[in-house]
This record gives sequence, C-alpha cells and structure tokens, in this order.
Amino acid sequence: MKDFFLVKYAPEILQHTLEHLFLVSIAIGIAIFVGIPLGILITRKTYLRQPILGIANILQTIPSLALFGLLIPIAGIGVVPAIIALTLYSFLPIIRNTYTGITNVDPAIREAGRGMGMTDTQLLLQVEIPLAMGVILAGVRVATVIAIGIATIAAAIGAGGLGVFIFRGISVVNDQLILAGAFPAAVIALLADLIIGWIENKLKVKN
Amino acid sequence: MPQNNQTAVEFRDVTFSRNHRPLVSNLNFTIRQGEALVLLGRSGSGKTTTMKLINRLFTPTQGEVLFDGIPTTQWDEIKLRRKIGYVIQEIGLFPHFTVERNVGLVPSLEGWQPKQIKTRVYELLQLVGLEPAQFAGRYPHELSGGQRQRVGVARALAADPPVLLMDEPFGALDPITRLELQQEFRHLQQELGKTVVFVTHDIQEAFILASRIGLMYGGELVVLGTTDEFMRSQHPESLAFLQCMRSPKDTL
Repeated sequence: MKDFFLVKYAPEILQHTLEHLFLVSIAIGIAIFVGIPLGILITRKTYLRQPILGIANILQTIPSLALFGLLIPIAGIGVVPAIIALTLYSFLPIIRNTYTGITNVDPAIREAGRGMGMTDTQLLLQVEIPLAMGVILAGVRVATVIAIGIATIAAAIGAGGLGVFIFRGISVVNDQLILAGAFPAAVIALLADLIIGWIENKLKVKN
Repeated sequence: MPQNNQTAVEFRDVTFSRNHRPLVSNLNFTIRQGEALVLLGRSGSGKTTTMKLINRLFTPTQGEVLFDGIPTTQWDEIKLRRKIGYVIQEIGLFPHFTVERNVGLVPSLEGWQPKQIKTRVYELLQLVGLEPAQFAGRYPHELSGGQRQRVGVARALAADPPVLLMDEPFGALDPITRLELQQEFRHLQQELGKTVVFVTHDIQEAFILASRIGLMYGGELVVLGTTDEFMRSQHPESLAFLQCMRSPKDTL
C-alpha cells in the first residue's frame, strides 16, 4: 500500500495539481475574456469572421509540444509561455461556440426583438447571449478539458503541473510515477467536464 | 367603431428591391387611423415586405413611407418601432423570459417603473383572456399555441402603440382556436380603436377582421376596398380568392 502511487506521492501530487489548476484556470480565464467578445464581434462584423476563425483554427493545429517550444524564444521558459500556449489553444472552441450560439438564435426571436424596438445592444445582452449561453459554455467546457490535457506538456518548459511526474516517470521508466501525473490529470478533466456540463444544463433554455 | 379619416400610414410610390429584383413596386395607399387593413395575397406576393416597410425593418428603395406624416427614414428607428406593436407568426416570444417579462418588454425598454409594468402586464393578460395569477410566471414552452399567440398580442399592446402590425399571427393554430382568436381579436381591435395592419393568405380571416382588404399580387397592390367592394372586384386574383370562400360542395 505504501508503494501505491497515490499514497507514495500524495504531497507532491497535491502541489502539482494546484500548479496544474493554476495554469489552466488563468489560461481559460483569459481565453474567456478575450474569446467571447471576439466571438460576439464576428457576429456583428462578418468580414472579420474568416480571418479570426482562420487564425484560431491554425493555432489549434500546431502540435502542442511544438507550440511550447516555439514560445521559448519569445517568452522564455516557465509559467508565462505555458499560459500563453494554453490560452491560444483555448480560443478556437470558445470563439467558435460563441459565434455559433449567437447565430443559431431563432431568427423569429431576433426579428421580434428588433421589430419591437430593441437596440442592437439590448438584443445582444437580453436575448442573444442568454439564449446562446448553453452553446458558449459547451465551448468553455471543451476548451477546459483540452487545456487540462495539454497542460501536462507544460512541464517540458518548466511550468510545473502534473506533467512533471509524467516526464520524470518516462525518463526513469517508472509506471507509478507516470500514473501519479496521468491519473489526477484525467480526474481533473472529468470533473471539469461534469461541473461545467452541469452549469451548462442549468443555463440551457427550454424551447 | 372609432374610425376617422386621419392618416396613420401613407405609402408614396414605394418600391423595395433586393438584389435588383423588386419585391414590391409602386405602392400607393394610405392606412387610416383606427382601421383594420388586411393585406391579402398568396405566398410571395409581397404582403409581409409591405408590412416591414412600415416599421422600417425594410427601407424603401424608391418612394417613401410616412408614419404620422413623417417619412420612416427620418424617424429614429427605435422610437418608430416602439410606437408600432408587432406580432409575427412564429410569435417570437423570448423562451427565457416568463410571460410577465415577455409582455412587459417594451415598457421596461421604455424605462417604466417595475410596479407600473406589473400593473400593465396584469391588465393586458386579463384583456387577452389569460388569468394573470395563473400565467404570469409561466415560460412560453409551458403554453399552448393559442395561449402563446395571446401573449404575443398582449406584448404588442404593452406600451399602448397606436398601430399594430400582425403577420399571420394565427396561421399556425388549429381552426377552432384560430376562429376563437380571430373573433376575440376583432372585438379587441374595435374596442381599443387601434390601427391594425394584418397580413394573411386566408380569405376567411380577411373577412372576419378587415375593415378594408388590400389584395396583393406579384408585389403590387391590385385591389383595395371594403369587404363589399372586394366581393364585387373582377380582378382575376380576387376571383381566385373568392373561389376559396365558396362552400366545400361547390368546389368539389
């Protein structure tokens, strides 16, 4: 029992889990505060839709280890480049879902709102965003789960997190060590998925 | 019926085109205050387009539409629309608002006091035949089609607009509920003295509600007159519509 990874590395697991959560929550926080407004912007200025979604798409296709590496000359090593990379990865699902959620609002509802004399801002804040909230949160959920996974690689550039166990375990060929990183990471991802999914359901509007 | 000859809305040589294709053309007519003008026509005849030119969801490509004697293009569009109640077939009730908030929408946009809004909403629900205590807190998905349309009408009346635009509001209802609502609405319209522009493709409905019928065909207004005048019209499209009114035996 003493050798079971969850027991053996318990204090370290706690520390790296906190580091992991820190990286992910800062990155998702930034991605939400920038991504949702961008998603709204491209519903209003349609000529920006292609370039913004295009860039977010390209960012998503860069292999994660490569992106961390590419950021070293710009942002050095450690927490900062890790957060930058995770933020960049989180943009696509958040921007795309915000855009989709808003454009999928029933045109009849939008027209009724406009016809009754709602300004564009009123329509956005009182109708479109609340109705799109379920879809927007689904984007946040996907982004969070992806970020939790990718954050394990952040250990490669010295940002800490649960990846530390994994890389150490690989180099010394120790399964227990790898599991000490992989298992908590998977649990966090599942929990995040459940919790955000639950909020999503609460906010989803019945039709 | 409180009807006089003051003009509520006037169309002057109005053409509206989209992608260089005219959807309606050469519209010249006036809507008098307090009348119920029914725009009748088949799908694609331009009746909805005509209606949307009134609350400036569309602006004329040529000519002008006057509301209260002022061209719609010179109105602040938000102010204009808040003077015009609007009911559409899909209703467009906000699914995340209770009945109370839906009906109180325009008053709250206009900055009324919450207490005032509540009184008004209850009054309106009463007026359209929905028991306020029972319905105020419900959401649209908890209502039947007929109840939803009643809420739609109440919402359009909320800020007491002088003009109501209604785009086939009863189209999706079963025939019995439809007739019920048509009759109730006619009484309501006469009682409140609102100017109503009502779009439909249903000649029965036109006859129940109209003080005048405007027949649209291919983007033009081809006949405009009282129901009696419409009955006497020899335009092929009026004859085609009157044909639909015949008893089932005759058409078989």
